Amino acid sequence: MPIEILMPALSPTMEEGNLAKWLVNEGDKVAAGDVIAEIETDKATMEVEAADEGTVAKLVVAEGSEGVKVNALIALLAEDGEDAGAFASYEPSTIVATTNVVDGSDNAIVEETVESDVSQKVEKIEIGGDSFSGEVETEIPAGTKMIALSVREALRDAMAEEMRIDEDVFIMGEEVAEYQGAYKITQGLLEEFSARRVIDTPITEHGFAGIGVGAAMAGLKPIVEFMTFNFAMQAMDQIINSAAKTLYMSGGQMGAPIVFRGANGAAARVAAQHSQCYAAWFSHIPGLKVIAPYDACDAKGLLKAAIRDPNPIIFLENEILYGRTFNVPDIEDFVLPIGKARIHKTGKDATIVSFSIGMTYAIEAAERLEKEDIDCEIIDLRTIRPLDMETILTSVRKTGRLVCVEEGFPQSSVGSHIASQVMQQAFDWLDAPVITICGKDVPMPYAANLEKLALPNVDEVVEAVKSVSYR
Amino acid sequence: MVTKPRKTSRAKSKPSPVADFSKQEDFSAYREMLLIRRFEEKAGQLYGMGHIGGFCHLYIGQEAVVVGMQAAIDEGDQLITSYRDHGHMLACGMDAKGVMAELTGRENGYSGGKGGSMHMFSREKNFFGGHGIVGAQVSLGTGLAFANNYRGNDRLSVTYFGDGASNQGQVYESFNMAELWKLPVIYVIENNRYAMGTAVKRSSALTDFSKRGSSFNIPGVQVDGMDVRAVKAAGDEAAAFCRAGKGPIILEMQTYRYRGHSMSDPAKYRSKDEVQKMRAEHDPIEQVKQRLISKKWADEAELKSIDKDIRSLVSEAAEFAMNDKLPDAGELYTDILR
Repeated sequence: MPIEILMPALSPTMEEGNLAKWLVNEGDKVAAGDVIAEIETDKATMEVEAADEGTVAKLVVAEGSEGVKVNALIALLAEDGEDAGAFASYEPSTIVATTNVVDGSDNAIVEETVESDVSQKVEKIEIGGDSFSGEVETEIPAGTKMIALSVREALRDAMAEEMRIDEDVFIMGEEVAEYQGAYKITQGLLEEFSARRVIDTPITEHGFAGIGVGAAMAGLKPIVEFMTFNFAMQAMDQIINSAAKTLYMSGGQMGAPIVFRGANGAAARVAAQHSQCYAAWFSHIPGLKVIAPYDACDAKGLLKAAIRDPNPIIFLENEILYGRTFNVPDIEDFVLPIGKARIHKTGKDATIVSFSIGMTYAIEAAERLEKEDIDCEIIDLRTIRPLDMETILTSVRKTGRLVCVEEGFPQSSVGSHIASQVMQQAFDWLDAPVITICGKDVPMPYAANLEKLALPNVDEVVEAVKSVSYR
Repeated sequence: MVTKPRKTSRAKSKPSPVADFSKQEDFSAYREMLLIRRFEEKAGQLYGMGHIGGFCHLYIGQEAVVVGMQAAIDEGDQLITSYRDHGHMLACGMDAKGVMAELTGRENGYSGGKGGSMHMFSREKNFFGGHGIVGAQVSLGTGLAFANNYRGNDRLSVTYFGDGASNQGQVYESFNMAELWKLPVIYVIENNRYAMGTAVKRSSALTDFSKRGSSFNIPGVQVDGMDVRAVKAAGDEAAAFCRAGKGPIILEMQTYRYRGHSMSDPAKYRSKDEVQKMRAEHDPIEQVKQRLISKKWADEAELKSIDKDIRSLVSEAAEFAMNDKLPDAGELYTDILR
């Protein structure tokens, strides 16, 4: 039997990649360690080495193929003594990936096929359709041309646009410049804005967060990237005590116009120290604004708003969402208001409130519930602080039922704050106790099955909505 | 045979020379240091009477450091320090009434009564606080220097911290980036020999603080921080070094705090003799006074009259601070966000 060479996973969250180039031909002899191909992910180009020696019997996936799934068969290697020619018609048992190409047309519906249990729903954003509330329609005029952008590209574009307008805006962080961003969010910025404004720092979060705050106090507008917010714990004192409190302590004389941004929450299989949602932590602090967008449209419009805002902003991104593609309005200078929730879907029977990746559970649950005749209203908070309680209360007064969904820990969660506010301000409208769906009250485990158990899931949301609906 | 001394490091520890002060410079230094001394004595009294609350850290004994440094830098240069900040504010020209009114938590205090002793700021005087977390101002001050560098102006940041803060991790993170990016920052380490109640030799593995930047190739100088002329001379050199684009520099000011760490410190960790000896032999103000008299630039009567003027200025500030209104209740919810 030939040796099957499979598409390798090059990062914890990689699900597919492009086979950019074969460096061997059929019939070539290879030794273990020889570079045989180049693979591109959305983050990087990597070389693939042969793990065994043998003769290349068949290149199953042609070079230039896009969207090749991890673990798909890409080549066959004949072992010593095997006839390389005999496998020309070898039928792989594994699935060879299909290619998804964004067609570029205005109303392109972008498909993303992702293999995890996390929702991989196709996002259909149709202006004027049911997916958007009236409020959002005012943010994006009807008939606006839309373009498909990944969350990653949207964030990059937001920063680039603001840096073009304002010389005081710069970005600093680990690997933001020459490496092009650990998660490729800053790709291309160094080339356009030079090392003066796109600054690689040493791995010293406490120090560079403080330097960023000092620069902001002096009037610059820094964007400080934390590779992930887990590392912002090192910088917590500068964020809370220096950035958030100085305006108040100085009687309004000086504050810190600064954006701290980066990946927040669980990625995939990176265990306890690298998998935590800090939305509730930061939302506790007066003097901070906390933003956690779900789609590319909000990521772009809100990051631009955050950079312009004169206050310290915590901008929580999600690694799993970076590669998701959504429609973004093709408007010059698209800026969204901070502190306004978005009604993702209108409904009459129950309200689901969520944010960031929690939205993936909410959306899929709502679709399943639709089939059981429960019409959910989904609110995407987008901003966690200041919290748009008005939108939540209006919805609860309509539906009488509320489920909050987030990946963070349950105690003192964003949902528990919302539940207490709703109890205090809309008690008489509630037909059932509010249910908060959170991550489990445990450090994130590494094992795949345990990790899955630790995160919220769609079933839990469906059950919660049924429960508040007495169904 | 003569061998050339081999230069092993840019760090040097020999004391810097003293600046030759003119009559006018000595008079200015005398007035400015005396203002701080009398202000702090008054603050101590008001604290004892219950007019000042919370934490209150006095600068008595250390006056020559900030006064000498102010004489060495230019208008537009930035200052940032810890919670022992009253002296720095007075030295950079902030109004004694506004500072005292902040100490008493009144509406005309520099922070409208919301900051207190440890948290005052002045955009106008480029005073960036007033920070309560030991060592945090070092990263912030490095950030001020970053902004100067980014803007390509000729300004520098004077970042003050103590021997205690010198052991904080973020200080070294900041040193690294300051040298890496050649930021114009003078790190002034005010070594007053005690980190709260812990003597330097009990808290610091390397007690020569001028060498604390040596792993980053940041030069450092030990300075007699009780002699305002030595401070000025070291400050002049350091400022020229920074403005020439050579990056950060460390000045270890060897100084002494006469009072406790804060008002609630009974100072049991040191002997009364030690304090008395410093006061008698090294007092920064007394040194200038003796110089003014021995050079016949002033007589006792003239100096007494200066002291009298300063005392009345401080009394007026105290009077103002005790009679000023408390902040309006509506101020509770202002200045949280812009």
